[in-house]
Amino acid sequence: MIFDLDIIRELISALFLFMGSFLCISGGVGILRFPDFYTRMHAVGVTDTLAAAMILIGLMLQNPDGLVVIKLSLILLMTLFINPTASHALAKAAFHNGLMPLIEKNKKNNSLPDKKQESEKG
Amino acid sequence: MRHTLTLFVTLTVFWLLNSGHNTVLMTLLGLVSIIFVLYVAHKMDVVDHESQPVHLSLKFPGYFLWLLKELVLANISVVKSIWLGNSTISPCLMTIKSSQKTDLGIVIYANSITITPGTVSVDLIGDRITVHSLFKENIEFLKAGEMDRRVTELES
Repeated sequence: MIFDLDIIRELISALFLFMGSFLCISGGVGILRFPDFYTRMHAVGVTDTLAAAMILIGLMLQNPDGLVVIKLSLILLMTLFINPTASHALAKAAFHNGLMPLIEKNKKNNSLPDKKQESEKG
Repeated sequence: MRHTLTLFVTLTVFWLLNSGHNTVLMTLLGLVSIIFVLYVAHKMDVVDHESQPVHLSLKFPGYFLWLLKELVLANISVVKSIWLGNSTISPCLMTIKSSQKTDLGIVIYANSITITPGTVSVDLIGDRITVHSLFKENIEFLKAGEMDRRVTELES
């Protein structure tokens, strides 16, 4: 009976870890694919919140008795408090230094020159 | 005094959980360091209702669960648009009004906006928050004001 529960726990843990890794990769792909600074920050948000939470929950299930669970929950809590502050500081610094976000209306007009500039730089 | 007490309890629990020690010497050393931290905190004048928001602790779990639900929904929509490509996003920048009365309430609101993937609070002047969002729907959701209302309920 205990053996069965262990297997179920391992499976759920593996599922959480797998989902977390997938979300992390999605966040990374998002950073590469999105067009400008501000939209890329939203992709980081995925890695910050749900991906980190899922990996930490998966790790908690690996060793559900003991202090490890509490320590991992503390890490999760800290992540949820610190990340929005850091994101906001980053966005505010960019905004106050005059980096204007790409807005939906201008996207189509600006998309070609932007790409040209980028390729010229590279 | 009440806030000093809660800070003391929080630090003690934090120390015990993180160290895992229970010998007398270690516990005494921990106590000394906690008292030192309390002294420094008093010197810095940071022990008040803002650093120790005990008055929120009863209502906070309910709000946190609701925020978690929104977090998961927002994550799904952002991941979807990451894999579907740039044609699915409609980034926009807009200023929204917040109805919180205290600084703490506005901070909770702005941080809740930032932590939800798809929306980042860029600037904050008075009670107006400038929000950059990945989709137009996100801004409309914020303008509908459900999150605003819930944070205001939380702080009152």
